[in-house]
Amino acid sequence: MRGVVLEGSSTEEDSIIPMPGINLDGAPHREPLIIIEPSDRLRAHLQELWNYRELWYFFAWRDIKVRYKQTVIGASWAIIQPVLTMIVFTVIFGRLADVPSEGVPYPIFAFTALLPWQFFATSLVRAVTSVVASSALITKVYFPRLLLPFSAPACGTVDFSIAFTILLAMMVWFGIEPTWRILTVPLFFLAAAVTAVAAGLWLSALNAKYRDIGLALPFVVQVWMFASPVAYPVSLLKGDWRLLYSLNPMVGIIEGFRWAILGRRHLDVALLVPAAILILALFAGGLVYFRRVERTLPDVI
Amino acid sequence: MSDIVIHAQNLSKQYTIGTLRRRGMSLGDHLEERLKFLFPRRVGAQPRTDTIWALKDVSFDIKRGEAVGVIGRNGAGKSTLLKILARIVTPTTGRAELYGRPGSLLEVGTGFHPELTGRDNIYLSGAILGMKKQEVSRKFDEIVAFSEIEQFLETPVKRYSSGMYVRLAFAVAAHLETEILLVDEVLAVGDGAFQAKCLSKMASTVAEGRTVFFVSHNLEAVQSLCPRALLVRQGQVAVDGTAQEAVQEYLTYLTATSSSAFAENPERSGNGKVRLTGVRIVTTSSLATTNLVAGDPAVFEFTYENPVGAESCRLAFTIFNQLGIAATNCDTTIANGALHRLSESGTFRCVIPNLPLPIGQYRLAATLESEGHISDSVPNALVFNVASSTFFPSGRSPQMRYCSCMVLHQWEHEPV
Repeated sequence: MRGVVLEGSSTEEDSIIPMPGINLDGAPHREPLIIIEPSDRLRAHLQELWNYRELWYFFAWRDIKVRYKQTVIGASWAIIQPVLTMIVFTVIFGRLADVPSEGVPYPIFAFTALLPWQFFATSLVRAVTSVVASSALITKVYFPRLLLPFSAPACGTVDFSIAFTILLAMMVWFGIEPTWRILTVPLFFLAAAVTAVAAGLWLSALNAKYRDIGLALPFVVQVWMFASPVAYPVSLLKGDWRLLYSLNPMVGIIEGFRWAILGRRHLDVALLVPAAILILALFAGGLVYFRRVERTLPDVI
Repeated sequence: MSDIVIHAQNLSKQYTIGTLRRRGMSLGDHLEERLKFLFPRRVGAQPRTDTIWALKDVSFDIKRGEAVGVIGRNGAGKSTLLKILARIVTPTTGRAELYGRPGSLLEVGTGFHPELTGRDNIYLSGAILGMKKQEVSRKFDEIVAFSEIEQFLETPVKRYSSGMYVRLAFAVAAHLETEILLVDEVLAVGDGAFQAKCLSKMASTVAEGRTVFFVSHNLEAVQSLCPRALLVRQGQVAVDGTAQEAVQEYLTYLTATSSSAFAENPERSGNGKVRLTGVRIVTTSSLATTNLVAGDPAVFEFTYENPVGAESCRLAFTIFNQLGIAATNCDTTIANGALHRLSESGTFRCVIPNLPLPIGQYRLAATLESEGHISDSVPNALVFNVASSTFFPSGRSPQMRYCSCMVLHQWEHEPV
């Protein structure tokens, strides 16, 4: 009966006795569970993300389980990578270049920074490549695509925890006593994860369309590391440079780590505030941008 | 009208052809595209059409517990429609309302990870399809039993045979208990016995009163599972009626358009080294016809072109009946070896001395192979009728439900 409107035959419509729960359009009167439209609402979107929290867990679980499959030494890689890097840094920067290390032995000075850095770097790479790596899923099944970059840091968490035990052992070896500050480590760890996801939101969406992002990524990560105080102390930078430098969120995070573990005298708040604001802005913008691209993903990927 | 679960209103999906071609384009390509306006277009160049409507103004209502089949040629828009309802792609315009949790099965093994064991993949794939962990745990034994892979549960699925892989994947999917089930062609996998198992699982899903939306090329499956069917043609619903009506109209439509089977057929594939240029059936009177008589001779003539000068080729064709079942297959390598000494163009002839097909409507799919590669494959090369029969002296033929190909036989009787 829908669509057939006879001019002047109003009796047609009048004679229909409205049935409970049905409007004349043919659609039931109750609330639809899902509305499919060219544009969606942010609230429904976030609700959906919450409904799918179990899938977030499964993505994380899968990545962790698969990470060291078919390797001989398995999770030992989580130790070998930062330890070898530390040795190389100690020889090149600590000995040959004689980079100062603020009164602590260079190996532990470098290792304290390498932990958050490597966690951040692997999380970032995973987040950026997550969407393209899951293109088969994206074109075949529905789930909130945000889960992909969001689940990226999970994998590095395990590596981080394993390597952290080495750090504790080194603290004992070098005779560095832990203070209450070590309890703030999770905070800086979380900041590193959020930074990785924030950048990942932008770059993974862009990477879906332009694979250039993925190709440039290893180079960007390398440059980013040297732009962060991993191999050298912040105190090497003086004056105006510091403000520009503090715009790199990893500066504050790495400095925070050193402050929490090595017991440096004070934490430069001037380094933290711009970074925190930047991270949150990047994250919020990334959410909006990702959501916009998300809707066209199966068409462009 | 009382209990609608899917309410689709003017759903349309527009694709930019440029975008489709730009899959994985690089930034450089994009800049080039952007800068094109700086250079004048070649004189006389055709302005190309940039967008196509894969789906245009599609509206329908589906009631709770209904099983609806969707048929149509490749590229007609049926997959796009399914993907919109499954929320994989967004419609360009229009709106759909779902009054129930949808689950979609667009592929077997969605989300399987090769490194993980069968057990792990059951949970992972279940979660990706939208099941809760609890739900998977509850049905775990059932899933394992259905898949028949008990002893390989702790083996990584990359070590599975393809049959085991498919069985496990389907077992997970089959236990998805959503109110609405959106299914695409997943039944086209596995061996015959497993396909039958899948079909019966689908049938029981329908019997449980869940809503099934089933996109398929298997006309027989659609007819046996779905009382109702939509025929999608050029992005629009051409028929919305009983499965019988939709299939009938589809076959009629194929007949009408089969002349274009060789020109611009979106379903055609192959490397094109040797190409078919036409198919016709010639009877005793040496006239081309599409109305055949069972029991009479029929000659299937395939004209070809061979632009690169291939030496030999293999030609095979399959005749499908109106139920979607393969009635018979004729293959040069089975009957008398490959076809040699090809010229630039010519005709292959396949002579069937007494056509054994029961009365009904048929579709012919032809495939040409040269040097081990498919050079031309035309799934809808020709549609024809078998209108009458002289195969048996009675002039009758068995019903298609019981018979895909007739066998000459005689009855004897020996009273005690």
